Amino acid sequence: MIRLSATKKLSGTEGPFELSVDLSFPPESLVTLYGKSGSGKTTLLRILAGLEKPESGYIEVHGKVWFDSTAKVNLPPQKRKVGLVFQDYALFPTMTIRENLQFAQEKKEPQKINVLLELTGLDELRERYPSSLSGGQQQRVALARAIIREPEILLLDEPLSALDQHTRNMLQDEILKFHKRFGLTTILVSHDKQEVFKLSDTVAVIDRGKISRHGTPLEVFLNRNTSNKFSFVSTILSIRKVDCIFLAVMGAGNEIVEVVLSKSDIETLKVGDEVLVASKAFNPIVIKL
Amino acid sequence: MINPEPLYLTLKLAGLTTVILYAIGLPAAWLLSQSRMRLKPLLEAVLALPLVLPPSVLGFYFLLAFSRQGWLGAAWERIFDHQLAFSFDGLVLGSVIFSLPFMVHPLQAGFNAVPRNLSEASYSLGKSKLETIIKVVLPSMKSSLLTGGVLAFAHTVGEFGVVLMIGGSIEGKTKVASIAIYDLVESLDYQSAHIYAAILFAFSFTILLTVYLVNKRLDIR
Repeated sequence: MIRLSATKKLSGTEGPFELSVDLSFPPESLVTLYGKSGSGKTTLLRILAGLEKPESGYIEVHGKVWFDSTAKVNLPPQKRKVGLVFQDYALFPTMTIRENLQFAQEKKEPQKINVLLELTGLDELRERYPSSLSGGQQQRVALARAIIREPEILLLDEPLSALDQHTRNMLQDEILKFHKRFGLTTILVSHDKQEVFKLSDTVAVIDRGKISRHGTPLEVFLNRNTSNKFSFVSTILSIRKVDCIFLAVMGAGNEIVEVVLSKSDIETLKVGDEVLVASKAFNPIVIKL
Repeated sequence: MINPEPLYLTLKLAGLTTVILYAIGLPAAWLLSQSRMRLKPLLEAVLALPLVLPPSVLGFYFLLAFSRQGWLGAAWERIFDHQLAFSFDGLVLGSVIFSLPFMVHPLQAGFNAVPRNLSEASYSLGKSKLETIIKVVLPSMKSSLLTGGVLAFAHTVGEFGVVLMIGGSIEGKTKVASIAIYDLVESLDYQSAHIYAAILFAFSFTILLTVYLVNKRLDIR
């Protein structure tokens, strides 16, 4: 189990508030911290990584205590086996891609570097410097660098928010692939609902330092369980009337879909709404999120 | 022909000063860049004093401190068995203090310019602070390292007032090139003064040109 409880006073843009969080989840799961910017998500990751110290709290990862304010335990970041991926990649600019990975290793294992470079499709770029890579490629390197030392927990701080939708989709797949293949325990910070639905086992919603809900994405965002045949989150781009029905154009990731809406739907939905489109049998159900 | 000794002394003084300043300046600049303590502005102000004080003022205080009756001079004489004022050692010590801001300021700016993320990424990859500084931070601020060293070196080469106050003009000991020129002009030997001056001029220009050329290349990468 991973247990994380922490309190710390933060000064947000809307005045000071207290981060007060108590969260536990099983190993090999992917947990998303979801919330507005400035709600304390990143601080929580930094506390977990040992880069910031909470006023009080307790952190236990796979049976090892990393932080315990009552017993005065506080492992430095170097002693916590975390893989940290930043929004702006934080690759070492003076090292080549291969050197970036090599730096992350405790003992030299060139074979492992080769495997990871191959897995991420970066093999041909191995002797290039980070500045000559695209954002998506840089983030792949950052991911590989975080994974190469077999972290006990992988921390992703809005890793994809600076990327375009297409690259983002590809990297989401890649994160899932790595998460499963290496049996990682992963915490992802995100404010993108599509990303949350696609990647996470559970999602914890953070609002001004407190966890307001924690559960599967469906439970959290719909407050109930549905047994949908298919479902996706999308945004309504336009609604138009065609004869006696209404047609809504929706954007879901890269895809544009058209969905038939009934007259009763129209009353609650408007352009720009984020909705869940789900289907049990024939007509899709459109639920406002 | 001119006596090469003053030129040699100038280079030796500037070289030694620069090496010592790297040793002092790197830790000092790193601490200043990390620190958030209340005394920091005071420290920074003291450090920047040599930039604004007339060299004669600094030199005067150095002379008082370095002399046999001064606290530093007396202690020095007890340990090293020779006088600090009017010796080459005294010149080096004076130059180090006089040129300190020229080393520390670029280095501090360099440390500040390296994104904190890089150090944090390195810590979370299990690397100690020292290893992070050596392998991640310093390589990312090469142009600051170069600028600090060259400014300190060039400033020491161009020193006059402080050297005159605490070193005098002792042949082969404290008579550096800038002092030699002053002496020659005083004795109306313009031709020798010209030679020294031209050499210093060409030397300084070449150094600065090289720095700007190299820095441009470092910036591009």
